[in-house]
Order: sequence, then structure tokens, then C-alpha cells
Amino acid sequence: MFSFIIRRLLVAVPTILALITVSFVLMHAAPGGPFTNERNVPEAVMENIEAKYNLDKPLWQQYFIYVGNVAQGDLGPSFRYKDFTVNELIESSFPRSAYIGAWSFLFVVVFGVGLGVLAALKQNRWPDYTVMTAAMTGVVFPNFVMAPLLVLLFAVTLRWLPAGGWEGGQVEFIVMPIIAMATSYIAQVARITRSSMIETLRSPFIRTARAKGIPRHKIVLRHALKPALIPVVSYLGPAFVGIITGSVIIDQVFSTGGIGQHFVNGAINRDYSLILGITILVGVLTILFNAVVDILYTWLDPRVRY
Amino acid sequence: MTSRSTEPAIGRDIRTVLALLVMTWVALLAACGEGGQKKAGEQALAAADIAAPESRLKTHPQTGEPLARKQVLVRGNSSEPASLDPHLVQDNVGGAIVVDLFEGLTRSGPNGDTEPAMAKSWSSSDNNLTWTFHLREDGRWSDGTAVTAHDFVYGWRRAVDPEVGSNYAYYIESAGVANAGEIIAGEKAPEALGVRALDDFTFEVSLDEPITYLPDMTVHYTMFPAPRQAIEAHGADWTKPGNMVSNGAYQLKTWHLGEKLVAARNPHYREDDQTIIDRVVYVPIESASAELQRYASGELHMTSTVPVSQMARLKKERPDELVMAPSIATYMYTFNVNRPPFDDVRVRRALTYAIDRNVIVSYITRGEQMPAFTLTPPYVSGFDFRQPEYATWSQPERDEAARQELRKAGYTEDNPLEFELLYNTDESHKALAIVISQMWKEKLGAKVTISNLEWKTFLSQKQAGNFGMARQGWKGDYNEASTFLTLLTSDSGNNDGGWSNAEYDQLLLDARSSEDPNPYYVRAEEILWQEFPVAPVYFNTTVALVSPRLKGYPENNPRNIVYSKDMYITAD
Repeated sequence: MFSFIIRRLLVAVPTILALITVSFVLMHAAPGGPFTNERNVPEAVMENIEAKYNLDKPLWQQYFIYVGNVAQGDLGPSFRYKDFTVNELIESSFPRSAYIGAWSFLFVVVFGVGLGVLAALKQNRWPDYTVMTAAMTGVVFPNFVMAPLLVLLFAVTLRWLPAGGWEGGQVEFIVMPIIAMATSYIAQVARITRSSMIETLRSPFIRTARAKGIPRHKIVLRHALKPALIPVVSYLGPAFVGIITGSVIIDQVFSTGGIGQHFVNGAINRDYSLILGITILVGVLTILFNAVVDILYTWLDPRVRY
Repeated sequence: MTSRSTEPAIGRDIRTVLALLVMTWVALLAACGEGGQKKAGEQALAAADIAAPESRLKTHPQTGEPLARKQVLVRGNSSEPASLDPHLVQDNVGGAIVVDLFEGLTRSGPNGDTEPAMAKSWSSSDNNLTWTFHLREDGRWSDGTAVTAHDFVYGWRRAVDPEVGSNYAYYIESAGVANAGEIIAGEKAPEALGVRALDDFTFEVSLDEPITYLPDMTVHYTMFPAPRQAIEAHGADWTKPGNMVSNGAYQLKTWHLGEKLVAARNPHYREDDQTIIDRVVYVPIESASAELQRYASGELHMTSTVPVSQMARLKKERPDELVMAPSIATYMYTFNVNRPPFDDVRVRRALTYAIDRNVIVSYITRGEQMPAFTLTPPYVSGFDFRQPEYATWSQPERDEAARQELRKAGYTEDNPLEFELLYNTDESHKALAIVISQMWKEKLGAKVTISNLEWKTFLSQKQAGNFGMARQGWKGDYNEASTFLTLLTSDSGNNDGGWSNAEYDQLLLDARSSEDPNPYYVRAEEILWQEFPVAPVYFNTTVALVSPRLKGYPENNPRNIVYSKDMYITAD
């Protein structure tokens, strides 16, 4: 296990470096730059602005300056939000997205797995049909449909909840973001759990257990659940990263001030340092949680060894 | 089978678990509901003002209207500013905040006219080459120190300093301030700029060429003062809450990107005793429909815009809240005159004639926009607004003339006019492009391909001249016709269509130093009516929703500068 973690760490460094390189090249290949504006400024003015942000240097030099700074933990100044560095932007926005994400993830696991197991046990009966219909509806309700609908219902029509804001993450401000975030993931997890559970319940070791006369709830909880969760965990690892790094829709509709908005706006505004910074963050989290998933496998399936 | 006998037990387990989950869910929702049921919108407002003090006044000192207990103004502001530094800010959203935080020599009055602000009076001498601004002596920074002419000198120098890298450095240059161009080019030190403090309260500007409208230009934030003490103490971090020192009616309190920015009344401001709004909260909501929902839920006093698709409904449902203020902004299509078929003026004329502008403003944009036949809007102050002859024709007459022009240019049914119309991805630009291209198709048989590009890609294509016809919007930087007409001079950085006319260039050069530039402007517009470098479509309006409780919104200011200190909130 220890050597496994060391190996993972060693692979992570070149992976992140490759990620930076590819993102850097792609970004600079996109037409326009951070300072392309509707109002074209005179050449001399543009030269001064570019010099301030090192954009006047050859691309390879910019690359090495950037990588050198990243190695020291400095993600550079934001090109779009000139009053902030990328470190400041991530430090202020990521905790909010992570907070909403953590709650969403909890609901995803509890409801997704719970409903999936229920559907599998009552296969082809009404609980199954209800859950699966709801899941299909949930899957086709992505957050950009869900978020405005929630606002319309709970904030505009019923006036139960505020339509947006953060206010220290008070519960009435984060309920709708959490629901909007979690719904489609719950649906997805319920579907995966159901099919995986059905398959596990048909496998020979379950039949053996039944033949031995073990009560069914013990079979499900002690024997079937763990192997049935393997595909769910494979899905949840990357999904977790997606959930805690927020969503541009949630940030925009609910003004949560999370990190999701920065990723999309960074790309739209060609805010090179901001996109790279968030790409690195998402990359590191992805590598981390993929490793966590691999470790979870050893617990779920004793045959897995590293 | 054993499994059959255990099934009820399992069912019970699962049912219990499920019931528990559902109950938690419902309890969670109910808990929020209880707190929120009072009035969620008000609660959000209450949360937004944190510990905003109760208003000092119960009734409005002049009108006697009863005032709301808490004077917290929540403004929809479409996105986050590039900066709060008056010399780095470059967008309308930033400008909206900066004019509340800072105050320049002059300000824009309720009708868009230039009014004294930090300067109580000004005069020019030496044939308009030297301007002297006499400052008020009661101006204070939010740290209590006096605002002096030295702060203006410092601010203007910053604007052109290459190290600061201001986008609007050229604005100082375009005002003709001595040595601005050389400083931007790095040939002279910022200290060489033609500004000086004669004494603490006299600010003098020396120009390279006589500019008569300099006071109008000083409304712009690029010509605001800067707090040397705060900038030298905090460097690039001086715009952060806690560090920022400002001389306007408000000071920065908190700022979280993507959530809100809160400004509080500046107790040192010279007219603080007349400021009614205590707190201003700017909420950056990029999606117009999300902003509308926030307004509908009662959490905003005013929006920054209104989705075009909702105009018809809002006119019926909220007619009293919908404000449509004329704006000094023109919507047009630019022809690339170096590229066939637009190198032929007859083609440009035909296409310009055939746009049925009444259809567009009545059925597409719906915000009381005005059909445009000229580049400069009529609302520009002091401008002698005239229209070309074809503006008085009926649309069928224009269509007939357009068909004739196109025939003369050699386009027939067998040889139809073909071109591409480029716009940036956006619902309203798309609607307009579809409708107008359809007009050209039906009336002129033109084959128009409309294509959209993502914003920055669109800009880089357009600025490189890689287009046939492209959408163009232009909003005046100051309230004088030259801010529009210089768009099309040969040396303009934004003349992407490449049109060039020596007489036009000379007219605008002469107008700069003339006591009465109007005859030059009129002649310049006349050239545009003959040459059609652009096809004007409409003069824009600023459309917004304003709560009936919010008074003092500048509905008649074509510059759309909304000073929070001029407004107040009445009681229910």
C-alpha cells in the first residue's frame, strides 16, 4: 500500500506538468487574448499592458516563467480581475464550492445508493418503476434547468427561500444550490447502483448464501452491497471532484461566489493564469481522488491488491 | 423459501430508512421555509445589509416622503469589474461602482449635462490651450485627509504611466493633454504630463491642441484623482476592502467576486449629510434572466438590463417599473470596404436603405430604441442633429431605391448579391441578424449567410479585418459628438471596416480646436450619408427594472451614469 502511494505521487508530477503544457498551448492557440476588447486600444497602450503581464515575451519564456512560479505556489495575477491574484481567487471561491459540494455529495451517496438498492430489490415492481422514472427525470434535468426552476418556484412564486447569495453559507441560501447540484448525480448513482445490485444478486455466491438460509437483509447488507458498490465508487471518484469544484450555472444563478464561474469566465475572457490555476487544481484533485477510489477498491473487494 | 419469509423484515428495514431520509429532507426544507416564510426577499436584503444602521432620516428632507427604515440599495450589476482602480477600470460595470466610490472634477447631471463636482468652477485661457479647475476646499478622502489638486496630478499621471498599464491611457492622450502620447510610448517620464497643481486647490491642464470639450471629458473615471497615501502604502492591494481610500460618497466595505460588493456611506464625504442611501450592494449577475428572477423575488431594487425576450411580457405586467432611458449608443453593421461586394458604395447604400428599422425597434428590440440613419445619436449634448433625406422616405420608397442601386451595381436575379454577416454569439444579436438578413433576402434577393463567433474570436477576426460585414456597437465615452465621429477616421483603432476619407479626417481634426464644432460635425455626417461605411440600425436605450420604492433613478441621462447618492428608498 505504501509503495502504491509513493508510485502514485511520482506519476502525479509529470501528469500535472503535461496538463499545464497542453492547457498552456491550447489557451494561447485560442483567437484573441486577455486584453482583446471591443475598444481597440492604440498600439503603444497595448504594449504597456502586455509588458506588465509578461505577454510581450516569447511564448516559451512565458511558459518557463509560469512553471517556475507554479513550482513556488504562485499562480500569478488574474488578467481579467486585475485587483486579484489567482491564488486569492481560488482561496476565496473554492471553499464555498467545496462546502456546497460536500453537502451535495452526501445527498448523492445516501439517496443515490439508497434508491438504487431499493429499486434493485423490488425489481420490476412499483418501487422500482417509481425510482427509475424519477431517476430518468433527474438525469434529463441538468442543473441549468433545475436551478432556474427552483428559483422560480421557491423564491419568486412561494417566496420561501432567497433567490441567491451566500451570507456565510446559511442554510436557506444553500438549499437550492445543493438540490440543483445533487439531483442529476443522485439519478445517475441510483441507476448505476440498481443495475450493479441486480447483477450481484444473481451471482453464484449470493445463491450459495441463500441456499444456506441466511436471511435476505443480511445477504444484501453483508454480502451484496460491497461488491455492488464497485462501479458506483468508480463513478463517484471523478464525480466528487466535479461536485466540489462547483458549477458555473450554480454560481451564476445563485450568486454563490464559488469557483465554477471562474473556470468558464476564465476561458471566455482568455484569463490565461486563472484557467491554468483552476486546471491545476482540478487536475490535482482528480489524481488525488482517483487514488482514493483505488484504495477503496481494496476494501470493497479483498481480491484487489496493490 | 426462506427468502419469502424474510421479505417483510427487509421491506420494513428499507421502509424505515427511507422514511427517515424523507423526513430529514422535509424537515430541512421546512426549517428553511419557516425562517424564510416571513419574507424571503426581505430576509435576503436584511442579510445583505449585515448590520446596516437604521436610516438617519424618517422622511425625505425635500419631498417629505416617508423613507424606508433601512436605506440599503441593492443594484443588479451584470458582471464583475476588471478593477476598482479608477485608472484601471475599463468597463461599464466597474464604472458604475467607481463613480460611487470616487468623485472627479465634474459629474453627469440628471439630463446628461456636465455639472461641477470636485471642481466648483473652471476656465480656459490661451485660446483653450490651458484649462484651470478651481477645486472645492471641503473635499475629503475617506481617511479624512483633504482632496487636493496634487491628487488629481497624481491620478492623471498614473493613467498614462506605462507601469500602471491603463487601458484608457489613450483617453488622456485623446484629450490632447501635453506629452501624454510621449509618456505612453515610454519616451518621457510621467512627470512630464501637462498637468500641475498651482496651489492645493487649483488644478491646471496644458493641452497640445485646443480642446473645447475638456470639462465634459473629465466626467470619465480615467480623469479621477487617486489617493497617493493608500497606493504607496498597499501597492497593488490598495483596492482591497480595508485598504482602499476613496473620495466619493461611498467607501468599499466588502467584496466577494461573483457574490456581491458592499459599499458604505463615506462619513468624510463633503455632502454626506445629504446622502440618504447608507449602503449600496452591487450583485454581479451575468445572466439577464437570472437577474430578472432576483428582481422578481424582491431581492434587487434595480436591474442592469432586461432580457429582450421578456420585454413584451414586462411591458404588460410591470409597466411602471420598466425604465427605457435613451443612451448615447448606436447599433450598426460595419462594411469591410476593402472587400467585394462592399467596395462598391451602391451595394452599401442598397443594404442600408433596405433595413426596415421600424420593424426592428417595434418587434425585435422593443425597448423604445430609435431608428438610426446617422452615426451620432440625437441625445448627444450640444449636437446639431440632422437626418439624411432617405430618413424621411417611406420604407417602400427606400426599398425601391435600394433595388435600383443594386441593379446599377450589376446584381440581378441570376447574379444575386452574396455575403456573410458576422456577429458575436448572443440571443439579441442573433434575432436582429436573422430578421435583417431576411429583409435583404426578400427585398433585394441577396443571399446572406449569417454566422456567429464566440466574443473574443469575433473581436480578433473583426479587428484583423477578416470579415465582410460585422455587427458593431458603439457607446460614447463622453457626451460630445466627436466620441462617435472619430470612430471612422483613418487613424482610428476601431475603424475595422477600413473606410478612409481625407476630407472626413480633416473635418474632425479642424473640429477639435474649433469654438463651434457643429458645422464640421454636420458636414462629416453628410459624408457618411454618401459613403455608407456603416449601416446604422438603431440608437440604443438602457432598459432596466426599477423598484417603485426606489426614487431618483436618472431616467433621462443618456450617459446612464447612476449615482447611488442621488437616490433614496421610500417606505412601503
